[in-house]
This record gives sequence, C-alpha cells and structure tokens, in this order.
Amino acid sequence: MIAPQLRVTAVSKAFGGVLAVDQVSFDLEAGKVNSIIGPNGAGKTTLLNLLTGVYAPSAGNVVFEGADVTGLAPHLLAARGMARTFQNLQIFFNMSALENVMVGRHLRERAGWFAALLRSRRLTAGERESRDEAAELMRFVGLGDYLGAEADAMPYGALKRLEIARALGGRPKLLLLDEPAAGLNQTETQAINALIVRLADSGVTVVLVEHNMRLVMGVSDHIVVLDYGRKLCEGTAERVRNDPKVIEAYLGSAELAQC
Amino acid sequence: MSAQLAQYLLSGLTVGAIYALVALGFAIIYNASHVINFAQGEFVMIGGMATVALANAGLPLLLAVPVAVLAAAAVGLALEKFAVEPARGASVVTLIIITIGASILLRGLATLVWDKNLHALKPFSGDKPIELAGATILPQSLWVLGVTLAIVLLLGWFFSRTLIGKAMLATSHNPLAAQLCGVNVRFVLLLSFGLSAALGAIAGILIAPITLTSWDVGVMLGLKGFAAAILGGLGSGAGAVLGGLLLGIAESLGAGYLSSAYKDAIAFVIILAVLFFLPSGLLGKKSAERV
Amino acid sequence: MDWRTPRTGGLALLAAVILVLPLALINNYWYEVAILVGINAIVCVGLNLLIGYAGQISLGHAGFFGLGAYGSAILTARYGWPPVAALAATTAGVAVLALVVGRPILKLKGHYLAMATLGMGIIISIVVVTEDGLTGGPDGMSVPAFTLFGLGLAGERAWYWVVGAALLGAVWMALNLIESPAGRALRALHGSEVGAQVSGIDATRAKVGIFVISAVFASLAGSMTAHYSGFITPGKVGFFHSIELVTMVVFGGMASTFGAVIGAATLTLLPQLLTVLKEYEMVVFGAVMVATMVFLPRGFLPSLVLELKKKKQK
Repeated sequence: MIAPQLRVTAVSKAFGGVLAVDQVSFDLEAGKVNSIIGPNGAGKTTLLNLLTGVYAPSAGNVVFEGADVTGLAPHLLAARGMARTFQNLQIFFNMSALENVMVGRHLRERAGWFAALLRSRRLTAGERESRDEAAELMRFVGLGDYLGAEADAMPYGALKRLEIARALGGRPKLLLLDEPAAGLNQTETQAINALIVRLADSGVTVVLVEHNMRLVMGVSDHIVVLDYGRKLCEGTAERVRNDPKVIEAYLGSAELAQC
Repeated sequence: MSAQLAQYLLSGLTVGAIYALVALGFAIIYNASHVINFAQGEFVMIGGMATVALANAGLPLLLAVPVAVLAAAAVGLALEKFAVEPARGASVVTLIIITIGASILLRGLATLVWDKNLHALKPFSGDKPIELAGATILPQSLWVLGVTLAIVLLLGWFFSRTLIGKAMLATSHNPLAAQLCGVNVRFVLLLSFGLSAALGAIAGILIAPITLTSWDVGVMLGLKGFAAAILGGLGSGAGAVLGGLLLGIAESLGAGYLSSAYKDAIAFVIILAVLFFLPSGLLGKKSAERV
Repeated sequence: MDWRTPRTGGLALLAAVILVLPLALINNYWYEVAILVGINAIVCVGLNLLIGYAGQISLGHAGFFGLGAYGSAILTARYGWPPVAALAATTAGVAVLALVVGRPILKLKGHYLAMATLGMGIIISIVVVTEDGLTGGPDGMSVPAFTLFGLGLAGERAWYWVVGAALLGAVWMALNLIESPAGRALRALHGSEVGAQVSGIDATRAKVGIFVISAVFASLAGSMTAHYSGFITPGKVGFFHSIELVTMVVFGGMASTFGAVIGAATLTLLPQLLTVLKEYEMVVFGAVMVATMVFLPRGFLPSLVLELKKKKQK
C-alpha cells in the first residue's frame, strides 16, 4: 500500500457561525485524477482554498508528501509543488498572455533583484529560457494562437486554459483545478477533458472541483462527494454512482441515466 | 487622580472631541463614496475663518455661526459636484490627489478672500477658567465637549431612525442594491459631503476661541482627523469618535509626560503602532476575500 | 552586462535630450531648474515602480529624500566625513530603515497603507525639524560641496551632467527591473495578489523589496540635492513634497517610467511658471491638480498614447 500523496484529516472551516467545511477526511494517491463534487454551497471551493493555503483551517490537518502543511501560506505550498486555478479567474490582466505564464515559473527563476536591476548575463539567459518554456506550455494547453496576445484581449475559454498553463509553470506535483469547465461550451469542455487526460499521463496528480458530471465521471480515478460541508462518500465513479446517500442528496436518477 | 493628570485628560478630551468631529466627516464621506477627502481639514478652516470674518463685520455670533456652517456645507457640495463626481471610478491614488489638489485650491482661496494672519474668535461664554477635579478647564472646552456629544447623539439617531439616514447607511454597504431599492445615490453622495463639511465647520468654530484660526489651520487637523478615522477603523462612525478621543488623550498625555516638542509626532506613532497589530483599525471590519 | 533594454529607443531619446538641452539653458537659473527636474525625476522613477507597477502607495517618500539629504549633510558638515563615505553610509542606512519599517507597513492595504506611509513621512519630518542641534531645525543647515579624490564637484554645469547621468542610470535600472522575474512578480501582485501568491510569489517580500529600491532612489536624489545646493531646509522633507512627488508620478502616467520623468518635468516647471501669478499661485496650482486628474485620470503619457492609437485606427 503506497502512502498517499495528500492526506486530509478532519479538516474544518468556520466563518463566524457558519461551518463551511465540517470534519472532512480523505486520501489522494499520486498521479491519479481525483474529483471533488457536490451541490452548490457544499463547501468544495472552500475545501480547495483550505488545501491551497488561501484560508487556514479552523481544525484538522493536511499532510502533503509526508510533511504537515496545515495553514501554510500559498506561496510556501507552491514551493512544495502545489499549483491551482480559480473559479473566478485570477488572471493578471495588466500583462500579456505569455507573461502570465512566465509568472507561473517564478520559483524556478534564478535571477534576483541585483541581476534584474543590472541586467546581468544570467538574467538575459533566464529570460530567453522563461519565454521559450512559457510558449511551450501555452501550446501544450492549446493556446498556440495566442502567443502574442494581451491577457485582456482573450476570450473567456482561452483565459481558463491560460490559468492552467500558468499553474503548470512551476512543474507542480499536485494540480488543483477549480471548475475548469465552468462557462464553457460542449467543444471547449471536451478540450479541457482531453487536457486533463494529458496532464494525468504526464504524471501530475490532478484534483478537480467540478459540476459537470459527464466530465467528472469520464475522467476521474477517485471521487469525493461533499454535501453541506461534510463528506458524503468517496471512491470510484462506479461506487459513487450507486451510493444511495449520493443519489438522494445530489444525483437524481435522471442525471445518473445520462452518465 | 493627580491634578496634573486630570488637566492632561481634560485638555486631551477637548482636542479629542475636535478630532472626533473631523474623523466623523471622513467616515461619512468614505462610507458613501469610498473616497478619502483630504480637503476635510479645509472645512474646519472655513468654519472658523468665516465666523471670524462675519463677527468682525458686525454679525452677532448667533447668526454668524449658522451662516458659516452653511457656507462650508455649500463648499462641500461644490467639491462633490465639480471635483469628485466627474472622477467616479478613478483609482484610489487619483482620487487622493484630486482631494489634495482641492485642499490646496481652498487654502489659496482663503488667503485671497481673507488673509494669512492668525485670528481669534471670542469664546462663547467668557474665558474665566472653571475648577474641576483639581484642574482648570475653560468654559469653551465645555462647549466643545457638550456640542460634540450632542452631535454624536444626533447623528446616531439620524442614521438609525430617519429614512434618509438609513438610506445613507444602505448606500455605504451596497450602492447598487440601495439604488435598486429606490435610494437616490447621487443625492446621498451630495448629502454626505454637505454633512461632513458642516461637521468640520462646527469643529473649526468650536476650537477657534481656544487655539486661534488661520488659513492653514486645516492641514494638521485634517491629517490627524484622518489618522483618527483610520485608528478607529475606516467606515465605522463609532470608530471615528473613539479614534478621535483616544488620539486627543494620548497626544495630551504624551506631550505632558514624554515630550512636548514631539507632540504632533505622537499621534502618528500611535497610528502606526495600532495598524501593525490591527490592520483594519480598532473597530474596522475585517473581510475575507472570496476567491 | 547587456546594455540593451526592451526600451532602448526611449533611453536613447532621453540621453539625446540630456545632451542637447544645455543649448536651451541660457543662464544659471535654468540650469538650476533642469537639475531640479532631474532630481525629482530620479525620485519619481523609483516611486513609480512602487505605485504604478507594484500597485502600492506611499504618501511619505519625501521622508526618504530628506533622510538622504540630511544624512549626507550631517555626516559631512558636523562630523567631517568624506562625502563619498557619507553618501554610502546614508544610502545604506536608508535602505536598512526602509527594510525594517517596510515589513510591517506593507502588510497593510489601501487607505491603511496610505496612512501608514503618511505617518512615517510626517514622523521623519517632525524629527528633522525638532532635532535642531543636529539639523539646524526650521532654518536648515549648510552642506559642504561634494569632493571625490580631492576634486570638488560644484557649480551648475558640473552638477547638470552628474544628475543627467544619474537619471539615465535610474531609468535604465527601472526598465531592466520591469522586464525581469522580480518585475513580473510585482506586476502580478498588482494584477491579482492571490494569483501571484499561488504562483509562488511571497507578496510581502516583493513589496518590501521594491519599497527599499524606491527609498534608495529617493535617498540618493536627496544626497545629491544637499551637496549641489550647499544648503538644505526641512521644506523638502514634509508632507507637501511627498504629495508633489505622488502627483508627478500619477500625472506622468502610472506604470510608465518615461511618464514619471515627464510628470516630474511638468510639475517642477509649473510652479516656476506660476510664481508670476504671486498670490494666485496656490489657487491655480490646486485647480490644475484637480483638473488634470479629472480629465486625464490615467495620467498624461498613457492618455496621449491612447489618443494616438485612436487616430491610427481611423
């Protein structure tokens, strides 16, 4: 039995009197595609924010690759190999598309303040490398046509993929995607589906928060179901589909028939 | 309580009440528009200087005061209409510069309309010091404290009991929602500037008999009023009053026991110290960002 | 070192202007004005990195300028230090102060940050005025001329070239910083702080870094002013000068290094031109500030660029 890459134990988050996440526990294995699903308000995004350091848990702990990372700030988690995208895009609209992706590899840049101010040899070499890598990542996610674009001139669907490219810049071990298919049409969703499969093939552990059941059931190795901040069930797509609690709370039988 | 301590506390409360009024002006405008009005101190100046000019022209104090307050309110409305309204949606820094530019403009006008000298206003009810707890207090100080208390109570009633007051509060929480409920947001904005200007003017009139008034008396008072509003937590009326009073007392105690040369610096040192531990001020709202 | 920057054209133009300008400077007074423009521009270029690119705010930068000026002045005039050593020590001192004070201050946001920097600037100016034994108080103090290996640096013409070269250096470094990982990190913070953080950027560290750099620019400019003028007064340390500097940056156009230079030039020349108006100077200056911010909220240079782009499209 391999040790889990991410172990979440009894994690809770309270906002004033509201318990958004209530004693949630689960394990994630490296290299698999995991999904977190649940109705609106179930606490999925809050849980994601807890895992990525945007919020600190009120209780419980998170262990990543054997180290306790509970409550660490986002940039420290990024240094440990975690990357994420956002439900409400957090794109840098004041920069170009390529620069957005270049920021993603911030932790792998070598040049510091002095090298930057004096434009040393190390800096110019690093800049070239950074640009090339960023361009490659953009092509990987299917944004080859936007290499010269400004972020504020790109369509929504492209921006969602741009955020993924940025997240990949740090060569993360664990990639958390918050509703990557939200607001996308059929074709775009299929493209995201294919991208997720490509990512999983490259060895990155993927955590997907999603509403789109077809996407989730099709691509996930492991699913965690939340409702009212609590874990309802976890397991393979098959297991989750047939769990009576899940069916009652979330999936009507009509929806199941479609999957 | 030692007589000296009592003295410091009393004088600190007096100047603190003035800071509180100025800070309330900042809070009201900020709540309605998210603008920090760096010209707030100039309303204080206009209140004092206009009253002096009117009194010297022969008007009895009872008439001069309301006229001066109305004049200041009119300037406040003009400021909103011509400097703030046209710049809706501009960045924080831009708006700061606009109101600072306006304050320079108003000071320049003051030197033209009046002059660059110091002026005294007669105390409202004489200047015979009164004995209180071993300390002496000027009758004017009692006026300051009394009027400030009355105003704070009045404003409390206004914002919680009257329709207009509640409309202003609604606008401060969510302008769009307030508008959809039928609140005339533009009117609320004008009213908040007029009200803040009136508050500043009253503060200026109250303090003029004690500290004299001149064309640039608003600069430091404005900055300290801003500091008091931040200390109390931006957007909180109660915080503004609390911040003002605390600042006045701390300044007085510091000047008395530590160093009178550094009196003005004390206020700012305190602000920095408080902000380091409470980044949203004493009573400011802490909000979690939704991502 | 790679001397080419992404904006080599602009840099070359600036160098050309600096080289050619003396032809138009007909007397010492205009040299003085030019030097003043250069000094302000150096501070503004640094301040623009903080305000325009990193999206922070400082209403107290005159404090750093003043510390640079008074530091050089006190060490050379009162303690007899050689000016180069005084300059080095002062600059290092200001950098350390900015580092220490910057950490807690830059954790604040928006108006709270504005207040904290405002307070910092005012405290510095009050200390300068009050410690008159050391600083000469409100009357100011005289400063010996700058000497390097026994050679004195004095007079308008010599200082014009020194300040011109320093300005070119400052602009060059600022342009370099913007197109670098550190610069992108700052711009990312401005774009979306949480987006930057999850990309591995330590927000506070980045903000403090640029705060220190902009403080050093201001301090160097202050030291140069002290030695050039031979005299400094607290006027340049206070709140009003801090506001002037921010206005120059905003007027020139935030997130534009050359805009900062233009803003400094415009708002340094304006008061000189307005002195003819005597008692109307304040009214006009205030009115100009309000009007330019209302009608050109993005600042002069970006608005100009936008206009040109529109004309191009037609």
